[in-house]
Amino acid sequence: MKTAKVKEKTNKKTQVETDTRISGADAIIQSLIIEGVDTVFGYPGGAIMPLYDKLLDYEDKIRHILVRHEQGAAHAAQAFGMVSDRPGVCLATSGPGATNLITGVANAFLDSVPTVFITAQVVSHLIGSDAFQETDIIGISMPVTKWNCQVKNAEDIPETIAKAFYIAKSGRPGPVLIDITKDAQIEKLDFKYKKCDYLRSYNPKLPLKTKALESAAIMINHAERPMILAGHGILLSGAEKEFKEFAEKTGIPVASTLLGLSAFPSDHRLFAGMLGMHGNYAPNILTNQADLIIAIGMRFDDRVTGNLKKYAKQASIIHIEIDNAEINKNVTVDIEIHNDAKEALTHLIPLVKPGSHEKWIREFRILDKTENDKVIKNETKPESGEIKMGEVVKTVSDMTNGDAIIVTDVGQHQMYAARYYKYTKPNSWVTSGGMGTMGFGLPAGMGAKLARPEKHVITFIGDGGFQMTMQELGTIMQYKIPVKIIILNNNFLGMVRQWQHLFFEKRYASTELVNPDFVAISKAFNIPAKKIVKREDLKGALTEMLNSEGPYLLEIKVEKKENVFPMVAPGAGVGEIRIE
Amino acid sequence: MKQEYTISLFTEDHIGILGQITIILTRRQINIESFTASESAVQGVYLLTIVVTTTNEMVQKVAKQMEKLVDVLKVFVHTSEQIVYQEIALFKVSTKSLMSGNIIDHIVRAHQARILEVSPEYMVIEKTGHRTEITKMLTQLEPYGVLQFAKSGRVAITKQVKELYSYLQEMDEANSVRPENVKSLN
Repeated sequence: MKTAKVKEKTNKKTQVETDTRISGADAIIQSLIIEGVDTVFGYPGGAIMPLYDKLLDYEDKIRHILVRHEQGAAHAAQAFGMVSDRPGVCLATSGPGATNLITGVANAFLDSVPTVFITAQVVSHLIGSDAFQETDIIGISMPVTKWNCQVKNAEDIPETIAKAFYIAKSGRPGPVLIDITKDAQIEKLDFKYKKCDYLRSYNPKLPLKTKALESAAIMINHAERPMILAGHGILLSGAEKEFKEFAEKTGIPVASTLLGLSAFPSDHRLFAGMLGMHGNYAPNILTNQADLIIAIGMRFDDRVTGNLKKYAKQASIIHIEIDNAEINKNVTVDIEIHNDAKEALTHLIPLVKPGSHEKWIREFRILDKTENDKVIKNETKPESGEIKMGEVVKTVSDMTNGDAIIVTDVGQHQMYAARYYKYTKPNSWVTSGGMGTMGFGLPAGMGAKLARPEKHVITFIGDGGFQMTMQELGTIMQYKIPVKIIILNNNFLGMVRQWQHLFFEKRYASTELVNPDFVAISKAFNIPAKKIVKREDLKGALTEMLNSEGPYLLEIKVEKKENVFPMVAPGAGVGEIRIE
Repeated sequence: MKQEYTISLFTEDHIGILGQITIILTRRQINIESFTASESAVQGVYLLTIVVTTTNEMVQKVAKQMEKLVDVLKVFVHTSEQIVYQEIALFKVSTKSLMSGNIIDHIVRAHQARILEVSPEYMVIEKTGHRTEITKMLTQLEPYGVLQFAKSGRVAITKQVKELYSYLQEMDEANSVRPENVKSLN
């Protein structure tokens, strides 16, 4: 049998050598430091004790944030990664520590956020014996990680961590989980660290699809009613500048996915609003009237497309996407550009002609006016009745000039925050998109604030989602994390209630909540708090919140039975979006 | 239209890769009809051969999702016409049935099978071929008492000219020539 071997590259870019043998735990921490990690979120326990013990020796280099539940650590790490250029890192012990991370791991997976999760495992000779606090976290996390790996020997730690960071950050980013046995943390090794930048079986460095890009340019130059769909991939590849240049040069209106928000300024004249179920009226309707759709760094999620049989059948579609498995997955496209958004756009810009589509853009404006008259005006500037969620978001947007980092939980308030805040800075929007994880908001808010202390970080949360992870107030208290928390309280699981109202004959099964006194809870955690119910108190309370030095919780009693519109009903096409 | 496809996956030797692959098929409700794992012609690279029945659209989608896995090198999807393939079956029949004349011998010859072992109690027959041929032989042996029957999954060789080795070389070159491309936020 003929055998051939393909040699693996050994690019020695960063090599750090030490003379003495160190423990596996030391090696983990030193590896993290070399990878640029300065903050980790986590929770100690039996199997991870050797690592926690060593964390004390590196306090000046790595800050450990002790959360109140591992799920909080996962969400905080994700948000930390989303708003900074540093990866989000989490530590958890074996068994329940590791399983508690899973919701957060899955959330980071669906939203393609680079995160590294390190879980401890029972000593290696006990694995498989149902030992105390043993779970098969490799098996459990397999469907929700980009890659995972168990380490049983200390000497494998540096290489595995290097691989983990490379995989998490490159290509389509995502969470990576490393499970390290307790004995591997204690064992000694000769520590040598080499950053990973090549794996034979994994090829994120894609050859530029020049022919497809040339064809795309011809189509763009000839289109009369083109539309850009901007996704999270633009932010992940750091292509905001190139993207803006491309949109401005071609004069094509830009519609954004939920996760794509903040990739393009919301106040830009070419910004056409958000796509999808609770997106804006114009981009949804005009998706089905465009002659060309240029989708960049997005995956045609069902919340964006609605009924696929009624989605953009008239349009030619160009898809720029780094993940080949997303191309032709939900929507069949005409031109596939399997490339990184930044590289593709850099190449595409010189190929496209300067253009303007004023007549086409006027069609957006006409529909925008309908939406404004029927929905937006009443939601953002109501004159009577109870406070509305939309007006709170709009007021915060005006007061912060669109410069804050906005974090949300999941539900109606999330859609209002997406719709009514003017995002002017890239990566200033942190939300749970693909998973729709209630309980994401509070821990994500603290993670974002720790990453970007110089920015206002404002977390909008519903009364339901807040109670899913509100124990993280303890973390905020302990580390004095000056995140601003706004609970939009309607005493309902609002989004579910809306569906019951519209599609389940107003049968409000288990959606009305009897809530605790949120202000008292906050004060119990030594976090200043206030509750308002009247419109005239809104600006004053927000000013007080924004001017406060530390963390602050503002509970705002909002209209009880509000519905988010427009809405593409489940099963309907985007062209059938309801405005009321 | 659903039809039979043979998926050939070349993978690194990473524990758990099999789980990742079956998860992709399970999520799409695709049953694995046959499965084999072996070494490939490239040292350190493993070849998994999976037979499924599904639509062309679906098999292409799952193949892309498999190729996306970090430890998968390359995935090929073939219809039965595009590959040369075999399965192997072993039959254990009672030696007593030999006494009933030359019938077993006839069956073995007719199917181009061979007898591997004969003992006073039983004999073991080996047959390689396509699944239909093996099933046919089983049907003919059954009246004479089949004590045990075991069949392997499919092993397949593609008719395409370009071999895995050249794909690996291409990947290698793409990685060494192209500039550092690791993404970071901001």
